[in-house]
Amino acid sequence: MRAGWEVVIGLEVHAQLATRSKIFSGASTAYGAEPNTQACLVDLGYPGVLPVLNEEVVHMAAMFGLAVNATVAPRSVFARKNYFYPDLPKGYQISQFELPIVEHGELFIHNDDGESKRIGITRAHLEEDAGKSIHEGLDRSSGIDLNRAGTPLLEIVSEPDLRSAKEAVAYMRKIHTIVRYLGISDGNMQEGSFRCDANVSVRPQGQEELGTRAELKNLNSFRFVERAINFEIERQIDLIEDGGEVVQETRLYDSDKDETRSMRSKEESHDYRYFPDPDLLPIEISADYIETVREQLPELPDAKQQRFVDQFALKGDDADLLTGSRPLADYFEAAVAATAAKPQLVANWVIGDLSGALNRDGLDIGESRISAAALAGLLTRIHDNTISGKIAKQVFEAMWAGEGDADAVIESKGLKQITDSSAIEAAVDKVIAANPGQVAEYKAGKDKLIGFFVGQVMQATKGQANPGQVNQILKEKLRN
Amino acid sequence: MSAKHTDLHTRSMTELAAGLDKGEFTSVELTESLLARIAEQDARLNAFITVTGEQALAAAAKADKARAAGDAGALNGLPIIHKDIFCTRGVKTTCGSKMLDNFISPYDATVVEKMADAGAVVLGKSNMDEFAMGSSNETSFFGPVRNPWNLECSPGGSSGGSSAAVAARLAPAATGTDTGGSIRQPAALTGTVGIKPTYGRVSRYGMIAFASSLDQAGVITRTAEDAARLLGVMAGFDKRDSTSIDRPVPDYLGSINQPIKGLRVGIVRQHFDAGLDPQCGERVKEAIAVLESLGATAVEVDLPNIDLSVPTYYVVAPAECSSNLSRFDGVRFGHRAENAEDLMDLYCRSRGEGFGDEVKRRIMTGTYVLSAGYYDAYYLKAQQVRHLIADDFKKAFADVDVIAGPTSPTPAFRLGDKVDDPITMYLNDIYTIGANLAGLPGMSIPCGFVDDLPVGLHLVGAHFAEETLLRCSHQYQQHTDWHKACPEDFK
Amino acid sequence: MSLSKDQVKHIAMLARLELSEDEYAESVKKLSSIVDFVDQLSQADTRDVVPMAHPLDTAQRLRPDVVIETDQRDYFQQNAAAVTEGLYLVPKVIE
Repeated sequence: MRAGWEVVIGLEVHAQLATRSKIFSGASTAYGAEPNTQACLVDLGYPGVLPVLNEEVVHMAAMFGLAVNATVAPRSVFARKNYFYPDLPKGYQISQFELPIVEHGELFIHNDDGESKRIGITRAHLEEDAGKSIHEGLDRSSGIDLNRAGTPLLEIVSEPDLRSAKEAVAYMRKIHTIVRYLGISDGNMQEGSFRCDANVSVRPQGQEELGTRAELKNLNSFRFVERAINFEIERQIDLIEDGGEVVQETRLYDSDKDETRSMRSKEESHDYRYFPDPDLLPIEISADYIETVREQLPELPDAKQQRFVDQFALKGDDADLLTGSRPLADYFEAAVAATAAKPQLVANWVIGDLSGALNRDGLDIGESRISAAALAGLLTRIHDNTISGKIAKQVFEAMWAGEGDADAVIESKGLKQITDSSAIEAAVDKVIAANPGQVAEYKAGKDKLIGFFVGQVMQATKGQANPGQVNQILKEKLRN
Repeated sequence: MSAKHTDLHTRSMTELAAGLDKGEFTSVELTESLLARIAEQDARLNAFITVTGEQALAAAAKADKARAAGDAGALNGLPIIHKDIFCTRGVKTTCGSKMLDNFISPYDATVVEKMADAGAVVLGKSNMDEFAMGSSNETSFFGPVRNPWNLECSPGGSSGGSSAAVAARLAPAATGTDTGGSIRQPAALTGTVGIKPTYGRVSRYGMIAFASSLDQAGVITRTAEDAARLLGVMAGFDKRDSTSIDRPVPDYLGSINQPIKGLRVGIVRQHFDAGLDPQCGERVKEAIAVLESLGATAVEVDLPNIDLSVPTYYVVAPAECSSNLSRFDGVRFGHRAENAEDLMDLYCRSRGEGFGDEVKRRIMTGTYVLSAGYYDAYYLKAQQVRHLIADDFKKAFADVDVIAGPTSPTPAFRLGDKVDDPITMYLNDIYTIGANLAGLPGMSIPCGFVDDLPVGLHLVGAHFAEETLLRCSHQYQQHTDWHKACPEDFK
Repeated sequence: MSLSKDQVKHIAMLARLELSEDEYAESVKKLSSIVDFVDQLSQADTRDVVPMAHPLDTAQRLRPDVVIETDQRDYFQQNAAAVTEGLYLVPKVIE
C-alpha cells in the first residue's frame, strides 16, 4: 500500500445455486444446452405466467446463512428491480431488497500479516439470473439466449472491511470454499456460476470518511480479482495525487491489458423502482426449519481445519490447504484411515506429489489416478520400511501411469529397500575404499561429509538401501 | 331433432344444461345457432375480437359424444366466451391491444383449461379495454363495444365485450376480469350478473396481468344460478399461481336455495352522497327493501377511508402495471417496430406504437409513483391507506354479512362522454374499487332501470363468502324480474 | 402539482415509451391532473400503519426442485419477429 493511503474494499459475490430447476420455474439449469432450449414460458416472461418458488433455493440460502453465523430471516420478501435489457425478459429482475433472507454474517480470513481477521457479511439475498447476450458473428444484431434466465443466484455482500487485494482474494476464496463445502454451488468461475464484483475506494490514512468508490466488474478468476484491485488502487491514488477526483462508476477489468476501464455504455444512474413483487408472497422460515438445517450442515472448513490440526497434529498451513475443498479433505482422511503412517506424512504426499500430479494433468481430486486407498498403500510401504521415501516417488509415478498398486510396482521393478545389513556393509566398504581422501577429511573433523558418503552408497545401491541403516553403518565404520 | 329451436339464445346456462340432458337439442345445434346469431348481431356491438367457429363446433361435437358415452363434465356442451385477456392456446389473444394483435398464445390459462375440461364450448374471445385499463371499453385497439340497451352508450369496461355479448344473448355467459370493477361495473351497465371472487379464489395463471395484487378472474351471466355453476368450475387451487389459495371449493349451486332470513345487510353511509345519480340511488334502495322483505336486516356501516379508495387504486394499480407491462418489448413476441436503429429505438418505438394512450398514461403514472424520491409519498403511502381501507371492511364485517350499495354512480353513459378527463372516467369505479383493494368478493346484479338503462345492485362479502353473495342474489332473483329483461333490439 | 415536460420526458424514457410532441403535451396535462388527484392520499393519517402489499395474509408456497419443462423452443419462437439459430435478435448492443 502506498504510503499515507488506505484502501477500502467491499465484495459482492454472485453464486449460482446448484439446483436442478430454476428459482421460479421448472426448467432445467444444466449448463451448456443449445440456446433457448431451457427457457420455458415463465423464463421467457410470456404474458400471463407466474413465478413459483423452488424449495431447494430456500434451503441452500439457509445453509449459507448458518455457515456464516448470520441471521436467517424469519420473513423475507421478493422485490422487483425494474430496468430494460434484452437478457432480462420481464423488464424486471425478481430479487430481494429491503428484507433479504440472510443478514449480519461473518467469516474469518488471514490478513496480510497472517493474523485472523473478521470480515462482516452485510447480507445475502436470493435473485434470478438474467440470460446471455452474444454480440459477435450476427451482422448488426446481438443474439439473446435465455437458458440462464431464471437460474437461482445468491448475492453475498460483504461489509467494506477488506483492506488489500490479498485480503479480498482471501475472502473470496473463503466464500468459494464455503459454498462448495455446503454443496450449494459448484463455484465454477469459467462457467459463470461464481462471479465477483469489487467496490474499491481509497482514502488518506486516518480519514474516517470513505472515498468515492468505483465498482469493478468482470473479475472471473482469483488472479484477476487481485490484479484488478491493485490496478484500481494505483489508478485512484494517482488520480487524486494529480489533483483529480474519483468518479463513481462501473469499470470493467481487461485481463489482456491488466487495467480497468470505464464502461462505455452511458450510465444514466439506474432508477430501479424497487417494490415488493405482488406475484410472490413473503418467505416464512420457522425456527424449527432452521434447526433442521443446522443439524444437517456438514462440517465447515474452519471447523475441519481446526480438527485436522488437533486430531492429526498437522501444521496449520497444511490443514488449510487440505481443507480447501471437501473432496480433498475427504480424500486425505480416507487415506489416513487406511494407513498406519503418520497423518503428517499423508499430508505431505497429498499436498506435494499428489497435487503436483493433478495439476500437471489438469485433473481435480475426484479424477485422481491414484485413489486414497492406493496412496495409503504406498505410504504404508514407506512406514514399514519396504521402500524409502525417495523410491516411493518412483513408485508413485508408476502408479499414476496405471502400472498397478504400490506392491505390484515395487515387485515388478524390484524396488524393495535393501535392509540386509551385510549387503549394506558391503556397499559401505566399497565406498570407503574408493574415497580415501574424503575418509581422511571426515576423520579429521569434517562431519558434513557424511552426506557425501551416504549419497555414494545410495548411488551404488540404486537408491534402494535403507538410508537410516546406511547412515548408521557408515558412522560406525568411519569411527575408527 | 328436426324442430329448429329459435329461442336457445334466451335460455340461461341452467336451462341449456337441462335441454342438453333431455336431448332436446345437441351441443352442435346450440353452437351453430349461437354462431349464426353472433354473425348477424355482433357487427352492431363489436363485442368479439375473435370468433372461434371451427374450434367451437369441434368442441361441441366432442361434448355430444362425451354426453352420449355418459362422460359429461359439469359444463358439457355449454357455450362460453372468454375475455381476450385469457390466454387460449393456438388462438389469437390480444388483450384488446395492438401490442398483441399478432400473438397466438402457446398455452391455455388455467381458467380456460378448467372450463374446457368441464366440456365447455368456446365461441370466441371478447373485446375489452386495452390491457384491462378502462371503464367503458373505449380504449380497445379493436374499437369500442356498444351497449345492447342503447347502441350510443358504453357497456362499461374493461369487460365490455363480455357484458355486451351476454346482455345481447350472444352467449349465456362470458368470463371477465376485475381489477377495480371491470366485471361488476359492465354487468351493472348492461343489466347482467357479474361476480368477482375473493382474491386467490380463482387462478391468475394465463390471465394477462394488469395489477397483480388486484386482478381476479370472474364471470358474467344473466342469473346468479349460472354464476354459481360457473364459479364452481373456475375456482380452486392452482400450483402454478403463488397467490392461489388452497381451500376447498364449496358447492355454490347447492347452497343458493337457502333463505336469507336474518342476513345482515350493511349500507355504507358514504355511498349515498352527491356523486351518485339520485335515481340510481332509488333503484338500489328499492332493491335493499326487497332483501328486507325476504328477512334481511339493514344496518348502517361506516367505511371511513372509503373516499380514498380511488386515489389509492390509481397509485397501486398503475405501479404494478408499469412493471407488468415491461415485458412487452417486441423481442420475444408482440408488436415490434420496423428497422429499429438501436436497442433504445426498438424498445421505445415498439412500445410507443403498440400501446394506446390510456395504457401509456398508466405506465407513466406507475413509473412516476415508484421512482426515486416519490416512492414513499405515493406507493408506500397508498399501500398504507390500502391497509386502512381493508381494516375498515374487516370491522364492518364483524357486524354484517354483506355490504350492499350501488355498483356504478350512473347508468351507462354515452360513448365519448368521459374520454377527455381521466379522473372523470376513474370515478366510475368509486363503489367497486374497495373490494379489490381489500381482496373481497363482490357481485353486481340487475335491480331496475333509469331512463331505460339498467342499474346494478352491488354486494360485497367477507373473504371467501361467495356463497353468501350468490345466495343473496339468487333469492333476490327468485322474487324479481330485472335479470330477465332483454334489450328490445336483441330479443 | 404540475409535472414539467422534462419530468414527463424522463418518465417516458424510464418506461421506454416514445411519445410524439402532441402526446407529450397531452401527457403533461393529464399526468399532472392524475398526480393532483392522488395527492389526496397525503391527508390520511398512516402513522404506524404497515403497508399492505397483498390482500392475503399467507406465506409463499414452495415447490419441489424438479425439472418439469421440456424444450419447446421452436414452438415458442413462432411468436418472435427476429430469430436466428435459436437466438432472439435485437439491434447490436455495445457493452
